[in-house]
Amino acid sequence: MPELGIRVLFMGNNLQRLFTGLWVTVRISLIAVLLSMVFGTFLGLAMTVRNPLVRVTLRIYLEFIRIMPQLVLLFLVYFGLSKAFGINLSGEVSAVLVFTLWGSAEMGDLVRGASNCVPKHQYESGAAIGLNRGQVYRYIILPQILRRLVPPAMNLTTRMIKTTSLVVMIGVVEVLKVAQQIIEGNRYTVPDSALWVYGAVLLLYFLACWPVSLFARHLEKVWKN
Amino acid sequence: MEKKEIVLELKHVRKDFGNGPVLKDISLQLHKGEVMVFIGPSGCGKSTLLRCINGLEGIQGGEILLNGKLISTENTKWSEVRQKIGMVFQSYDLFPHMTVMENILLGPVKVQGRNRKEAEQEAERLLERVGLSDKQRAFPAQLSGGQKQRAAIVRALIMKPQILLFDEVTAALDPEMVREVLDVMLELAKSGGTMMIVTHELSFAKAVADRIIFLDDGIIVESGTPEEFFTRQKTERAQRFLNTFIFREEKGGDEA
Ligand SMILES: Nc1ncnc2c1ncn2[C@@H]1O[C@H](COP(=O)(O)OP(=O)(O)O)[C@@H](O)[C@H]1O
Ligand SMILES: [Mg+2]
Repeated sequence: MPELGIRVLFMGNNLQRLFTGLWVTVRISLIAVLLSMVFGTFLGLAMTVRNPLVRVTLRIYLEFIRIMPQLVLLFLVYFGLSKAFGINLSGEVSAVLVFTLWGSAEMGDLVRGASNCVPKHQYESGAAIGLNRGQVYRYIILPQILRRLVPPAMNLTTRMIKTTSLVVMIGVVEVLKVAQQIIEGNRYTVPDSALWVYGAVLLLYFLACWPVSLFARHLEKVWKN
Repeated sequence: MEKKEIVLELKHVRKDFGNGPVLKDISLQLHKGEVMVFIGPSGCGKSTLLRCINGLEGIQGGEILLNGKLISTENTKWSEVRQKIGMVFQSYDLFPHMTVMENILLGPVKVQGRNRKEAEQEAERLLERVGLSDKQRAFPAQLSGGQKQRAAIVRALIMKPQILLFDEVTAALDPEMVREVLDVMLELAKSGGTMMIVTHELSFAKAVADRIIFLDDGIIVESGTPEEFFTRQKTERAQRFLNTFIFREEKGGDEA
């Protein structure tokens, strides 16, 4: 009976354990997202340079990272690196590394797209009133890129938060892993706990992603003009 | 006109984008208070000429002098030169993320380091002069094309440039808005502004110009007063060009 299943959430410190697991998820995502925003911005601006070699190299990187399933990348870094080069990374560090590699590529593409959207005559009208290159970027180009960037970047952020659930596969104990442990631990006493525990996990993911989209919506409203 | 000082001088300017010269051998002198209007067929190099003058394009030959000082050099401080040579473009080029007032203040405050309050007061005066007093806080997207161009003119004016360049500023406007922008330019010309104007509005050219320069194929084909140019063209090319307009105007009249 479902009414019984919900009990499991309030047994012992289960709820607290779930939140601790959620924090691991959020921590990995937050670090990876922040790093991705920084590297992605440089990557994206680098993709707009004239040098064809730079552009092609970055393009290949981007496509490679995008085509590879994130899970394969995780295995490659977590198991592959340690075997091949004796580099032993913890699951969490591997996760941050992989998600940063991936996030930077995606973010770079978003930045490139957003900066291509700013028409050439915006640079020129800035220059024509005597702004130097740095000022043109600071006052005219970057604010416009930023406004275009926020919605897709927030979208990417929530995607990254959701994708962190994959790190279960390399032994990181995050929210999903905790959920599995709770279900396992109560397998005999509460046989139908899966529905409730995974339901709770779903809610927790929602809690993690919701503020991001609220923030995005807020910014969009502020910048509406 | 003859006695007035020369503000800008071009000597044998040549511009080549890499596939043949676009400007071949342009020499001219712009005097203080003079209004010079460039006309000529599309693609003859009018925009390129203005863009070379304020350094948006480099030149491959010849010299450009501002107040007798060479500005067409490798290490020209264009940021300084452009404060003296304002430019208004054909496209609506206000910065879309800023209000009209912010657009106008950017130059005086960030480039010239002027006091914000003082610049704001001047901006208000200028906006009133072009009939945009009520649009200070509006964003460009809320303005009509004509209003945007008048705001763009104010943005250039507030820098107190010695010369203003206008590149077909009414070409992208709906016909009913052309007049309000041309009126502003006419008023600027009357109050002593030194200007170089590229336009296809021939009756405006006639009214505003001290000198008309007819460009074709990257060279100055004719140069003279509006009367000379419109009544007795020296070259067949200019005649042909003007004839296409007469035809166009007649045709437009039929349709109306
Ligand atoms: N950035 C550029 N690169 C190469 N060719 C250009 C560039 N800008 C203009 N041109 C060429 O220069 C010529 C003159 O252009 P333009 O000055 O825009 O003419 P107009 O303003 O008189 O219509 C045209 O043939 C045009 O194709
Ligand atoms: Mg042009």
